[in-house]
Amino acid sequence: MAKKAESTLPNMLLALTAIALVAAAALAALNGVTKEPIAQAQQAKVERAISAVLPAFDRLEDRDVDGTLCHIGYDADGNFVGAAVEAGNDKGFGGHLQLMVGFDKEGQVAGYQILETHETPGLGAKADQWFQEGNKGDIIGSRPADGALGVKKDGGTVDAISGSTITSRAFLGIVNDASEVFSNITI
Amino acid sequence: MKTKDIIKNGLIKENPTWVLVLGMCPTLATTTSAINGLSMGLATTFVLMMSNIVISLLKSVIPDKVRIPAFIVIIATFVTIVQMVMQAYLPALYDSLGLFIALIVVNCIVLGRAEAFASKNNVGQSFLDGLFMGLGFTWALTLLGIVRELLGTGCFFGHSLIGGADGMLMMILPPGGFLALGLLMALINHLRRKSVK
Repeated sequence: MAKKAESTLPNMLLALTAIALVAAAALAALNGVTKEPIAQAQQAKVERAISAVLPAFDRLEDRDVDGTLCHIGYDADGNFVGAAVEAGNDKGFGGHLQLMVGFDKEGQVAGYQILETHETPGLGAKADQWFQEGNKGDIIGSRPADGALGVKKDGGTVDAISGSTITSRAFLGIVNDASEVFSNITI
Repeated sequence: MKTKDIIKNGLIKENPTWVLVLGMCPTLATTTSAINGLSMGLATTFVLMMSNIVISLLKSVIPDKVRIPAFIVIIATFVTIVQMVMQAYLPALYDSLGLFIALIVVNCIVLGRAEAFASKNNVGQSFLDGLFMGLGFTWALTLLGIVRELLGTGCFFGHSLIGGADGMLMMILPPGGFLALGLLMALINHLRRKSVK
């Protein structure tokens, strides 16, 4: 085995500098390769969420409404079909909850997808299914503009997720906020 | 050191999870499902293998007094590679493992093997040690993930075995992680001692 390098100042500087330079160069090169696919993967995720929550659309327009990102859908003839609103708040049980809420042109909830969640697995995390069409907390087709959605415990109409009232409140609050933003979209 | 011993050490005799009890943070946090445990194990295996190879190659040019920062830079480089590649090509998996990929850098197993093995042995043996230590970690995490997922949600690798039922939720929450880890560790070490005798 070769003799080990002595721990002299020049040796230490040289070894660390060389290792750091090689590491930086390797990562910079890899970043060039993966930058594009990472951006594409994130874009694809947003697009999947939009198509899941909006009525059938042909063309999308992204617009900032009151600081909230909205994806507005039009059909082939350029008629407005609805909009997907990216909204969130920090009132979830585990912190931030971010949703994509879709509304049809009458302002009824057409669908939703969870973009970011830190809720408890098996309890609050069930929100991804709970409020979907046909499930216990079904909110699809309701129109928050006619009266804010709330859980039954607070005098509302929606069944909260069992054991997860806080998550349910945060969730419905976001849907109400999203509806508010939706009503401010001018076509 | 014989190849057979390196393999045996990594998988059973000095298994990083059951015997050395290193890297408990990712072990408890990512084993909420079998697939998460398996993926985390494989990501760590890759980092272990690559960092062991590079550190073994550079062992004679790295002065002793700066070996720890040098090892950490090398390990962090490979972790970042895993992170970027996973984010680009396996975004769903990246979402569920998220933060814990970056935390492989501070996993004691990786630095531990660099210090205890790669900095003293040749490249071939270091590669084997990284591979089998990694696989030892992987099988432990996968087993823990299988047990917790099965008891917690009634699923096996995401396929429901007891349709409709919810399972014992606690098992996929942190307390269940500690319970499953402790009981499995006791069982496996019992079997290990018995087979030695």
